[in-house]
Amino acid sequence: MMSKPRVAFFDFTGCEGCQLQVVNLEADLLGILDHIDIVSFREAMKEHSDNYDIAFVEGSITRRSDESRLKAIRKNTSTLIALGSCAAIGGINCLKNFFELDYVRETVYGEKATSYETYAARPLKAVVPVDYEIPGCPISRNEFIYVLKSLLLGKKPEIPNYPVCVECKLAGNVCAFERGMPCLGPITRAGCGAACIREGGACWGCRGLVDEPNTDSQREILAKYGLDLTDIFRKFRLYNGYSEVAK
Amino acid sequence: MNETKTIKIDHLTRVEGHGNIDITIKDGQVQNCQWHVVEAPRFFEAMVRGRKWYETAHITSRICGICSIGHTLTSLKATEKAMGVVVSEQTRNMRKLLLHAENIQSHILHVGYLVLPDLLGAPSVIALSGSHRNEVMVVVRIHQLSNEMSDLIGGRTTHPQRPVVGGFAKWPTPVELKNLRKKLADGLADLDALVELVRANADRLPDFHRETEFIALSHPDEYAFYDGDIASTDGGKWPVEDYTRVSNEYMVPQSTAKFSKHNRDAYMVGALARLNNNYEQLSPKAKSVAGAFNLKPITCNPFMNSIAQIVEIAHNLEDSIGLIDKILFDGFIEEQARVTPKAGKAAASIEVPRGILFHEYEYDEAGVCTFANCVIPTNQNHGNIQKDFEGLVPQIKDWAREEIELTMEMLVRAYDPCISCSTHCIFI
Ligand code: SF4
Ligand code: SF4
Ligand code: SF4
Repeated sequence: MMSKPRVAFFDFTGCEGCQLQVVNLEADLLGILDHIDIVSFREAMKEHSDNYDIAFVEGSITRRSDESRLKAIRKNTSTLIALGSCAAIGGINCLKNFFELDYVRETVYGEKATSYETYAARPLKAVVPVDYEIPGCPISRNEFIYVLKSLLLGKKPEIPNYPVCVECKLAGNVCAFERGMPCLGPITRAGCGAACIREGGACWGCRGLVDEPNTDSQREILAKYGLDLTDIFRKFRLYNGYSEVAK
Repeated sequence: MNETKTIKIDHLTRVEGHGNIDITIKDGQVQNCQWHVVEAPRFFEAMVRGRKWYETAHITSRICGICSIGHTLTSLKATEKAMGVVVSEQTRNMRKLLLHAENIQSHILHVGYLVLPDLLGAPSVIALSGSHRNEVMVVVRIHQLSNEMSDLIGGRTTHPQRPVVGGFAKWPTPVELKNLRKKLADGLADLDALVELVRANADRLPDFHRETEFIALSHPDEYAFYDGDIASTDGGKWPVEDYTRVSNEYMVPQSTAKFSKHNRDAYMVGALARLNNNYEQLSPKAKSVAGAFNLKPITCNPFMNSIAQIVEIAHNLEDSIGLIDKILFDGFIEEQARVTPKAGKAAASIEVPRGILFHEYEYDEAGVCTFANCVIPTNQNHGNIQKDFEGLVPQIKDWAREEIELTMEMLVRAYDPCISCSTHCIFI
């Protein structure tokens, strides 16, 4: 009989909200535990091992000293998965990249700023090759289970490559633009079930761009509702500051 | 005694965020004993500058996944105050309910998943799920209940979308609220099993007392979570606007987070600080749980913070039932939040699971944020943790190295430190 795959969790700069979604799987997680061995999960356990097959890594890389730790994880694992938007696309941490770093440091820490090491925030893939990404701020628990199950079955997990609008229209929501809110749904990767529109808001773009975003259709929608690009760009930078389009 | 005991733990496990323990005992003398905070800083105050009034809560929610509801609500309250927005009674009650959900969620996670293994001598809850399946299922059920509650009221367990400036973008239905009420009552019954289990093993909690100052919000009408003035067990009350005079943040060399002090060289915030300040206002069930552990004000054993959390879970469950009754009795309506942005500056405070939290913002006429400051509970506790180190290590210095190590780990965990929070929000 084959031994159970060994799974490890690691975190860099983030809010630990994505790891919390894994803990929140509750009873489902207890079921999954019959099929895998969790060998490292600092937030939840004391045991630790450097011998693992699948590594889930949360958070962005925000200081040079993070790089060697991430590279060591990459060396130890055959499959590396970016868990959440901070890890997959840089996410909210990249907002600070638009300020001069010295200015940011001084705003938050005053004159002792220089003692803190930091550089432009970036996704994992800017430092090491990443096998799969589970985007979202936070991740969707269903998508996490889907990816893990696919890997356990030896299949390649595929996450949606169509915009949130598709899920949103299927769900029959009233379009956010109709309610006077700018929405990033037309260019953002689906998979969340249009979670923010469903709850009365608009899409913030947390899952990152679809592979070939149709920016024309986004422009058309904006034109239709008489909005200009400034608001959308401001919104876009929230999560996608690292991507080329924002620069 | 000619030996050197060195305890060096990098990236302590089963806490939020990254912290290190560094202790050296040589020839029976404590030579070094320090609590280090090594989390990467995140610079949230700078990140919200230049963002619109309806975006600040969305951003500062990401300071911490576990307290995202508390950060969201504190941010909304500060923004509303800055713009002179007054929310309805229904909004306030619904927010209190949401805050209870987060408090239960965070406390049960801490007590059940992070502290219980220490009490039962297991390395983690995963190990416990084999040996103590039933007890673990109780913990899982209460955790699940609190998550369902956050989903229902906030839209999501983490980083809630429904609460917005001025109120809620979407409301639960009365039927959903009634179903939740039923589950909360079941949760109260489940809690008894947890109380029994912890009580049977409570003698493992070290008997260590160190007098200190306890700071929490306090409100004349209720056990304060959502609203109140700043209160101290050393006496005194201050309006929330004066928060910087209370928190007095300062930098220390061993940490990327700031430390705080007020009357003494350090103070404590969190469940035990709330209980010590506001014990009389706990719900009946909560008082009876406190009685089971003989927990009374003023308790100055930091290890009892975990017990105070169990007491608060009882309070949260019971008070939530009362809040649902009130919301339904008052005649629930689907209000719309309406806000006209305006220039202004204000600070607000909420008791989040780990203690008193402050957010302050300034906006210009267009509703663009020009200044932000957040003071995080764990920052306020770091100084007290260090003082406990200095008090406790000399008392146990002759113990075996492993015993000292475990006890110091337990001490830090008792504070339920949220280190990922604490380094993100600092301002001089
Ligand atoms: S992606 Fe969002 S929820 Fe996940 S760690 Fe980053 S900030 Fe937290
Ligand atoms: S623009 Fe936004 S709200 Fe409108 S359909 Fe697309 S995702 Fe839904
Ligand atoms: S609707 Fe947009 S912002 Fe909301 S979860 Fe989905 S991708 Fe993220």
